[in-house]
Amino acid sequence: MIVNFTLNGRARTVDVEPATLVSEMLRENLNLTGTHVGCDTSQCGACVVLFNGDAVKSCTLLAPALEGGTLMTIEGLAAKGGSNQLHPMQQAFHQNHGLQCGFCTPGMVMTAMAMVGKNPKPTEAEVRHGLEGNICRCTGYQNIVTSIIAGAAAMNAPATGD
Amino acid sequence: MSNIIGIGESPRRKEDFRFLTGRGNYVADMKRPDATVGVFIRSPHAHAAIRSIDTTAALALPGVEVILTGDDVAADGLGGMPCGWGISNAEGVPMKEPAFPMLAQGKVRFVGDMVAFVVADTLAQARAAAELVKINYDVLPAVVGVLEAVRPGAPQLFDDVPNNLCCDWEMGDKAAVAVAFRKAAHVARLSLVNNRLIGNPMEPRSAIAEYNAGTGHYTLWTTSQFPHVVRFLMAALVLNIPEQKLRVVAPDVGGGFGVKQFHYGEEAVITWAARRVGRPIKWVADRSEGFVSDRHGRDHVTEAELALDENGKFLALKVHTLANMGAYLSTFGPNIPTNLYAPLLGGVYTTPVIYCNVKVVFTNTVPVDAYRGAGRPEATFVVERIVDVAAAEMGIDRVEIRRRNIIPKEAYPYQTPMLVEYDSGDPMGCLEGALVAADVAGFAERKAASEREGKFRGLGYSTYVEACGLAPSRFAGRLGARGGLYESATVRVHPTGQVTVLIGTHNHGQGHETTFAQIISEKLGVNFENVDIVFGDTDRVQFGMGTYGSRSLVVGGAALSKAGDKVVVKGKKIAAHLLEAGEHDIEFKEGVFSVAGTDRSKTFQEIAGAAYVPHNYPLEVLEPGLEEQAYYDPINFTYPGGCHIAEVEIDPETGIVTLVRYTAVDDVGTVINPMIVEGQLHGGIVQGVGQALFEGAVYDEVSGQLLSGSFMDYTMPRADHVPNMNIQTHSTLCTHTPMGVKGCGEVGTIGSPAAVINSVVDALSHLGVQHVDMPATPNRIWRIIQNATMPQAAE
Repeated sequence: MIVNFTLNGRARTVDVEPATLVSEMLRENLNLTGTHVGCDTSQCGACVVLFNGDAVKSCTLLAPALEGGTLMTIEGLAAKGGSNQLHPMQQAFHQNHGLQCGFCTPGMVMTAMAMVGKNPKPTEAEVRHGLEGNICRCTGYQNIVTSIIAGAAAMNAPATGD
Repeated sequence: MSNIIGIGESPRRKEDFRFLTGRGNYVADMKRPDATVGVFIRSPHAHAAIRSIDTTAALALPGVEVILTGDDVAADGLGGMPCGWGISNAEGVPMKEPAFPMLAQGKVRFVGDMVAFVVADTLAQARAAAELVKINYDVLPAVVGVLEAVRPGAPQLFDDVPNNLCCDWEMGDKAAVAVAFRKAAHVARLSLVNNRLIGNPMEPRSAIAEYNAGTGHYTLWTTSQFPHVVRFLMAALVLNIPEQKLRVVAPDVGGGFGVKQFHYGEEAVITWAARRVGRPIKWVADRSEGFVSDRHGRDHVTEAELALDENGKFLALKVHTLANMGAYLSTFGPNIPTNLYAPLLGGVYTTPVIYCNVKVVFTNTVPVDAYRGAGRPEATFVVERIVDVAAAEMGIDRVEIRRRNIIPKEAYPYQTPMLVEYDSGDPMGCLEGALVAADVAGFAERKAASEREGKFRGLGYSTYVEACGLAPSRFAGRLGARGGLYESATVRVHPTGQVTVLIGTHNHGQGHETTFAQIISEKLGVNFENVDIVFGDTDRVQFGMGTYGSRSLVVGGAALSKAGDKVVVKGKKIAAHLLEAGEHDIEFKEGVFSVAGTDRSKTFQEIAGAAYVPHNYPLEVLEPGLEEQAYYDPINFTYPGGCHIAEVEIDPETGIVTLVRYTAVDDVGTVINPMIVEGQLHGGIVQGVGQALFEGAVYDEVSGQLLSGSFMDYTMPRADHVPNMNIQTHSTLCTHTPMGVKGCGEVGTIGSPAAVINSVVDALSHLGVQHVDMPATPNRIWRIIQNATMPQAAE
């Protein structure tokens, strides 16, 4: 079936089987492999994307549900084309060593984006609670929490203009 | 603009950009033209005879290319999965080493054992076909626990392995230990279980294989920590194909923790099948498949006894362990609960005599092998727990008993009674530092505050040491290793003076692309951004043993350092020619070759250019080009260690244990990148906290089904389970590695389980609790509290 939605700022029309999961559509049909699949039970959060601004696990969402909506994946956050410019949240993860093997990272960053969208100045406890749906096996979370707090601050900082 | 970034600095990681922008290249992300999809059919039974396999209906489905079974493996005369270690008992009798077929032949021995491989055009077709394969099993009684497996009358996995005993192994001086126990003023005894764990790296295992009929070359992309070892084992011992015609690539790998450091049957089957099918095949494990096929870790049952004199000095330690091997011997399997366990039972203490007996046992469970720490967390847990038990029984403070027994700094190098010689260390310095960092002085006040809230608070210590930097080949060979454990590195200087490093270790989160670049940036005076690190491809990198056992920096970094030294030596020769000076008059510093005492000099870039454009060059004595390679085999293990202090609060109403503070003061030798070392410690500690509080693989004792078979059932730490940790280093330098490094990948996982459980026991000590098995789940703790406070309700 045909599904129309906005993907990373661009209108898209995709022809998929109705039973296709969004994670599968992104990875197999659209070659957007930054969204990862780490479990079968919607526990790990490696597949988190933003759908209409909310963090959703793309392994639990069927492609037809995207109709008319707005989807943002890790690929849409920054660094278009050959640019090496990172979004402030990505930059915060880089600066604070908020990633190791990188597999959970796209889900962590997208979860962080949704979190900060709803709560521009999260506390450490709020960030830890907000990461309840994301598992990282490498970092022990400490630097991810630090990254999200720093990323939130950077996103809220007024533009310096220079 | 010079941008030399060297040892001790914390540049941000080079590898981050691709991961942060969704441009990582994991195996499951790759697509090959005309690829098929492979699905494994796995045994639903823990123990069964295969009576028949009927593939007729499945093969008739559209899109199905092939269905392979154990009969096809036998018909092609292929080998089984090899074990890299051969251990022996005290009389020198080798371990029992039953065949481990790629696909089951005649019998299945664990839930998840591979029975058949289905290849089809699409995943849906392959799964549909797998459903139609008719397999008739005669289900047999199964045994999953080690205590049950060695009992008379237990189900037998193999006809030629009586009592399921792979090896009755020992180390140490049994007679001397018996003498020491007779002199003891006190003997502390402890029975404990080291819980079975499942590593669960976030990226599931996966592979793609293809065969080029035109050249006879195979390529396997696989989620591996050691692609060269996979190539060697698979080519030489399993598939019998020419090693030079097999390329193994491990691209970005989403975490390993040991789970991906074995040669798996799936790798061999898919490579073999790719030639038969003539098209690429892709297999991606789903998580539930990973639970029943990724090698598990730990799973010990142990009885330990510590003899002490009247002052609390340790006289002798005696340890008897039953170690679960699962159904077959995995790549490193029998090495883990023996050679990587017993030698560490001395801990950081002066215990003069030790004896350890390990019965290595087969059961109807997933094969057990190395998981982060591998043997050393188990040893540390035994030692640090029984020290606390002894302290409690003798009425000696837990810090004081450690002070009385810790090896003093000036006693290093220290020969332990269990083969290993610690080259360097300062465990007392780590302990004293941790006491301050953890504010132990303020604990009584915090405990009182918890009590006012109706909570129990406890503090736990773990003063530990581990052996890593695996490993001196000669030493390992004596212990049963069937391969070497060196590492190799090539430093390829390009005509521009920019550098590519080709190294045999594998980076899957450890930050090698950054730390190894720092080593070369400093050594050659090359800008940090002008050094790239290449790994994980047998067609690009000369050779390597891979990444495990905290060896990458210790062994691989040493090879890299040596190769860098060779580049400098050759560069000096070129510079001497160009500057018309004697070779010994050339000095090299921060990227400049100069004639001592003069202002005549050449930059590293100019020397590289001259090496590749040798118009003015000593061609009669020196080859053009600037590329050097080194292999490094360590002369000893390295011995990182430290002191971890955990503080927990327990809610007696619910049994929930909350880790409220965690302090680690670790000695990892020279620190190349403090940011990365701290990150490794964070991650390692939280994995150890996972073992202590949450994680445990649970099998049904009758059916042998894995009950904890998904992320719904197997609890791993999440962000709100752990506090921010206080990490510090207290380094002594390794005396035998080129840079003084000791390794840091596993220390967190080794030190932390004991610290956490010791704090839990401390919190419950007023109830008379002496030991708590892992994981300390709310259910377990609540029952302990109920039994202690309401004895009449105990049953």
